[in-house]
Amino acid sequence: MPANRFNGFTEYGVGIGLRSPHYTHILTRKPVVDWFEIISENFMIGGGRPLHILDQILEQYRVVQHGVSMYFGSAEKLNREHLRRLKDLVKRTKTPWLSDHLCWGSVDGRYTHDLLPMPYTFEAARITAQKVREVRDFLEIPVVVENVSSYAEFHMSEMTEWEFLNEVVERADCGILLDVNNIYVSSQNHNFNPMEYVNSVPVERVAQIHIAGHSKYRKYILDTHDHPVIDPVWKVYSRAIERIGHTATLLEWDDRIPTFDEVHNEALKANKFLAGASLARAV
Amino acid sequence: MKLLSLQRKMTRATMAPLTQSEHLRPTAPNGRPMRAYAAEFIKPNDRLTSFERLEIYNRQYWYRLLSSLADDFPGLSVVIGNRRFEAMSKAYLMDCPSRSFTLRDLGSRLEGWLRRHPKWAGSRQKLAIDMVRLEWADIEAFDGKAEPFLRTEDLAGVDPSKLRLNLQPYIQLLDLRYPVDDLALEVRSDNDNDFASNAFYERRKQKRVQAVARLAPSRIYLCVHRVDDTVYFRRIEREEFEILTSLRNGKTLGRAVGAAFRNSKLSAEEQAATVQDWFRREAALGWFCRIEIPEAKS
Repeated sequence: MPANRFNGFTEYGVGIGLRSPHYTHILTRKPVVDWFEIISENFMIGGGRPLHILDQILEQYRVVQHGVSMYFGSAEKLNREHLRRLKDLVKRTKTPWLSDHLCWGSVDGRYTHDLLPMPYTFEAARITAQKVREVRDFLEIPVVVENVSSYAEFHMSEMTEWEFLNEVVERADCGILLDVNNIYVSSQNHNFNPMEYVNSVPVERVAQIHIAGHSKYRKYILDTHDHPVIDPVWKVYSRAIERIGHTATLLEWDDRIPTFDEVHNEALKANKFLAGASLARAV
Repeated sequence: MKLLSLQRKMTRATMAPLTQSEHLRPTAPNGRPMRAYAAEFIKPNDRLTSFERLEIYNRQYWYRLLSSLADDFPGLSVVIGNRRFEAMSKAYLMDCPSRSFTLRDLGSRLEGWLRRHPKWAGSRQKLAIDMVRLEWADIEAFDGKAEPFLRTEDLAGVDPSKLRLNLQPYIQLLDLRYPVDDLALEVRSDNDNDFASNAFYERRKQKRVQAVARLAPSRIYLCVHRVDDTVYFRRIEREEFEILTSLRNGKTLGRAVGAAFRNSKLSAEEQAATVQDWFRREAALGWFCRIEIPEAKS
């Protein structure tokens, strides 16, 4: 499922997250990168160096926006100031689609700055889907939701995580940013088969895929984005590509960030799987 | 349980302060044992209890926010000491939890809070307040909005007595009781050094303690501005500070200059020459925004 209405009918390949330690390398060496993903909140500001750098990047590269604080799943209303500033940035970047997480993180106006897990209930799906629609209507671009890593499950849940994801995207009629590392992390923390998750995803709604590394502790796994992608996650990715087809793929590396080349080379490993999907489509 | 109830319940526990040993507190916000509180809404699994699962989020909350404050206020940490800074940060975040979608705004209420809670600043509250003001101004100047620069032709034919100049929104004007700009720059240069050894850190710590100890009150006036996306601290004269402050408050140039030199011993010619020098430099640094004065040009 390459280009679809959830990714603005684009056919992006492998990209990486735009991170400040790499700014100089990118602007001086101008490496060939298919696209960059930016964290929207880092650029929802008045001016200064971040926006100046972004404008230079936009002159030479394709950029997609990814947010971390829309909190579609919060029970409270959307933050209008947040939306207004986000729309200003959308106009600047001309992002073909915009992603944020299927999670919550604020209540009564207080922000945790975390991606907190949803209770998988019909009430939560209804509230979340309504907010996704509101954001899409306000921004006037495709909005896609990303599954998060989680470390807790709630008694009140009425369905599995993948059933909840399907419920939300069907109600909102929105796309999916499928994070295969998050699927793997949650599968280890909650004892489910990651392939069952991937096999249940509505392939026609997948706009983009995330890959990343994580940290393993004695009793749980933390989604830290500070390591290369491990083989079990590549296997989940392989299965996702097998089902979905060639899909825009992005490597997230947010902590203990190595050189640009190291990050980019790690991301480009995805091409092996994407080439297979393209071949299968050609046949 | 409804979604909102669950989110309030989990937020109260997540934002509760960690214990000394960095664990989830044994008592919940409602006074009940935290183990029972967590078990009410979080499932255990074969490796972790409900309490332990909630603790992961509790720790992540505090580690993320404390780290953000430490990144934004390294100078304050030097002034009051690392241990007191950490304790102060926890108390501040308990009183002033984030109300913004961005961590960039986390320290926006720190100055006011520190004034109301002087015990957290130790014996040097005024110095600590000055450093907080400078470090917050640094953040505002770094990514604040910039308007198009004022051009010479914008001023053609304008009556100076009616001229109102607008300062760039990112410009921050500070009157400080201590010369904390020097200390802040020293802290920054140390933090930029990637070299890391125990001996280096020890020398650095000693140097900083000495720098703070010898910092005596000495009023300075500062303009925190930026050139080519880099933030600079520029010391300015009291009269220059007063003129810029008056302009920001909407006064005309004539009134601003008159008020600043009210008790000056300088002659009118000397005052005019001084102001011209300042304005030439300020305009070159892009401190003024473009203005529209249609009635003045007619």
